Amino acid sequence: MLDMKVMPAEDDKAAAELAPKVVARGVNVHYGEKHALKDVNVDIPRRSVMAFIGPSGCGKTTFLRCINRMNDTIPGCKVTGRITIDGEDISDPALDVVQLRARVGMVFQKPNPFPKSIYENVAYGPRIHGIATGKAELDAIVIGSLKRAGLLEEVKDRLGDPGTSLSGGQQQRLCIARAIAVGPEVILMDEPCSALDPIATARIEELIDELRANFTIIIVTHSMQQAARVSQRTAFFHLGSLVEEGETSQIFTNPIDRRTQDYITGRFG
Amino acid sequence: MTDAADTGPAIRVIDTTSEAARRRVRTRYRAERRFKLYGLAAIGFSALFLVFLITDIVVKAMPSFTISSLSLEVPVKADTVNPDGSSDPAVIARGDFDKAVREALFARFPEASKERKSRRVIQGLLSSGAADGLRRRVVADPGLIGTTVPVDAILSDDADLYLKGLVTRTLRIAGTTNATPSATSGSVTILLDANALAGDLETVRQAMRQEGEVAQENADRVEASLGRYRARLAEAQSTLDALKSSGTTEGLAVAEANAQKLQSDVASLTSQVEGLRQRAETSLARANTTGGLERLDAALPSILIAINGGMVKATSIGADRIEGDVLLPLASTGTAGKGAWSKIVLETPEGNRKISDTEVALLETLGQAGLTRSRPNWLFFASGDSREAELAGILSSLVGSALTMIITLALCLPVGVLAAIYLEEFAPKNRLTDLVEVNINNLAAVPSIVFGLLGLAVFIGFFGVPSSSPLVGGLVLSLLVLPTIIIASRAALKAVPPSIREAALGVGASKQQAVFHHVLPLATPGILTGTIIGMAHALGETAPLLMIGMIAFIVDVPTSFTHSATVLPVQIYLWSDLPEVGFQAKTAAAIIVLLLFLFAMNGLAILLRRRFERRW
Repeated sequence: MLDMKVMPAEDDKAAAELAPKVVARGVNVHYGEKHALKDVNVDIPRRSVMAFIGPSGCGKTTFLRCINRMNDTIPGCKVTGRITIDGEDISDPALDVVQLRARVGMVFQKPNPFPKSIYENVAYGPRIHGIATGKAELDAIVIGSLKRAGLLEEVKDRLGDPGTSLSGGQQQRLCIARAIAVGPEVILMDEPCSALDPIATARIEELIDELRANFTIIIVTHSMQQAARVSQRTAFFHLGSLVEEGETSQIFTNPIDRRTQDYITGRFG
Repeated sequence: MTDAADTGPAIRVIDTTSEAARRRVRTRYRAERRFKLYGLAAIGFSALFLVFLITDIVVKAMPSFTISSLSLEVPVKADTVNPDGSSDPAVIARGDFDKAVREALFARFPEASKERKSRRVIQGLLSSGAADGLRRRVVADPGLIGTTVPVDAILSDDADLYLKGLVTRTLRIAGTTNATPSATSGSVTILLDANALAGDLETVRQAMRQEGEVAQENADRVEASLGRYRARLAEAQSTLDALKSSGTTEGLAVAEANAQKLQSDVASLTSQVEGLRQRAETSLARANTTGGLERLDAALPSILIAINGGMVKATSIGADRIEGDVLLPLASTGTAGKGAWSKIVLETPEGNRKISDTEVALLETLGQAGLTRSRPNWLFFASGDSREAELAGILSSLVGSALTMIITLALCLPVGVLAAIYLEEFAPKNRLTDLVEVNINNLAAVPSIVFGLLGLAVFIGFFGVPSSSPLVGGLVLSLLVLPTIIIASRAALKAVPPSIREAALGVGASKQQAVFHHVLPLATPGILTGTIIGMAHALGETAPLLMIGMIAFIVDVPTSFTHSATVLPVQIYLWSDLPEVGFQAKTAAAIIVLLLFLFAMNGLAILLRRRFERRW
């Protein structure tokens, strides 16, 4: 951190590349009386995949939803602490939550395409944000997003079909295409493969690995194998606290905390 | 040992082969079978009632779907319909077309029409709207003046009901012997072969005997009560005497009045008994005579004889002759052979029906000439209410209902849906919104007449909206329907899975965009269903509309939202109150129309549901 301050101006860009994308400091979440997340501090590096693991109810999804302020929609939920994206405080009242969600996309546990056509599903985000200026541009965004989500080959002849007519894995990739169509910087994925079969899961994992080149990805998962396969860094949550965070290889081979070790070796969870 | 204790209660194995277990299974199956039977019985029972209800209504309504009319060749004379020779349609419309039609009918009965009294009877057969069709045609085409136009003149309600067989059972029996009338007008004797009417005579005597017996029974009953009155009179008299002899003045006047009243009661009852006894005696005496002539009076079935182109009403019959009065003059006194004359028996006595024997004679003569016919009653759907049953239609109330529904829908749908969206999606959950929610649910249970009173006080009394107009009706009904629509819309919005909202918010839609782009379209089928069910409820509502004056007698079809109007259910209510048989049929027919409308609306609800339903 000290080094960054004395870095020369011409190296600013390189420094920005190295600086973490998302920084959380002292984040606490209360659901009414319940203290769901306790004093979480974490740095999430850009253009990499960070996995959150932990037993059910440990607060990993709660933390994920803090990053695009989806918790705002839950009555009685109170978030304190500071989360910044590229140094910008996301809880700043001056920051529009709609703009934030355009920068931080989200993929949910259960595939939830809109009950509209495949094309409309992807085009909806760009349209409401005014990203495309014409039909041709919008078409290009939709095609590009579907391509990057690895879905284009399967659906290019039936863009007018309802999104709900696709298989579960295809629906989830459609949701990913919908998220990246807005051009986000960060993509949050909340157990994206929990409702999918192993083949569809493998396809999504492959996709996550490809998307890492352009996006900062945060994935919540119950599968430790999945965390080990797709992520560069892993954070382990337990009972609302962030227990340990580090290189994925280090977490899975040489955890520091006893609880992490117990969890990854299957003693509980 | 301690290990065994630590494993907790032992696992019990259920023996599925034991008798007890089998019995349990049998009981379970029996219970299920029984439940299914109860369900079937309930459905069967309600279906039965429904079939009964609908059959009853349809049977009652049938007469009003046809109307009897008279085919007349009407000479449209210029001096009758257009004496000024004007070419202005408004002037022509004021012409005396009724007279033209009337004259054409008189022409069918040249003899009878000579007298003023019988002319009035003849023109009474025609409806007061009989000339309306002719008037319209001539106004549209004045060239018809001076020509003879075939007209389908509507018959009056009584004539119509007679031809439909709703007034009396009519037997038309062809004569089986030769018949010879003695005159062509006035009193006439028709001679028949011997014993040709023995059967009829017996029927008449039987009716007499019955009447005599009934009179006797009544006399006995009145006599019994007369005895009681006599006893009370004696008691009152003795009380009065005691008071008089004791010299007290207190209560004397009351006792005197009481005795006087009882005295007059006894006198009137005595005369009543005497009258009944006399009637019984004469009736029975007549019933027991043999041979001779039997007199027919208004309390007995009427017998009309159609002979030689005229009509005779039998006043007395014997075994071989009929004495009677000529209702319509006969052409000759020649002998009519077998089958050339006929006997028309009207089972309901003349005193018990609204249509006289003379009118029946006219209608039968017209019927034999093939001039009366029954045709579909389109007028029922094309005219407003009327005092005459044969002219009354539902168009004005139908249009009134439609206008009222337009107002209701235009108010309820936006207000109800937007209120539901706000409460469900945007309103903070606190005491105030809880209170609002509870009160909306309460409003749905408020008796509708209360809304009528509210409408009367607020809309008419305070805001001065014209009373009995579709506007105020629609306003009141929207108060009634709003809670239903809000509750149904909220339920529909709540049923949209939250994942859709999250998906929309996740790509950066604002809350409003999420609701209007994604949640609302998915909730549309539910909202529409709720709205249509609410509207159907409003369509059938009567009570609140009575309070705001929509119960008026409306003949004209309303053309604006502020005209006086009535609605279908109120029209049904009005007609059901009228004593005429014709209006009772109209009531049933209007109910059918209302039910058809309700079915159509519910069908529309299902259709819209299918159309907008999307899976997610």
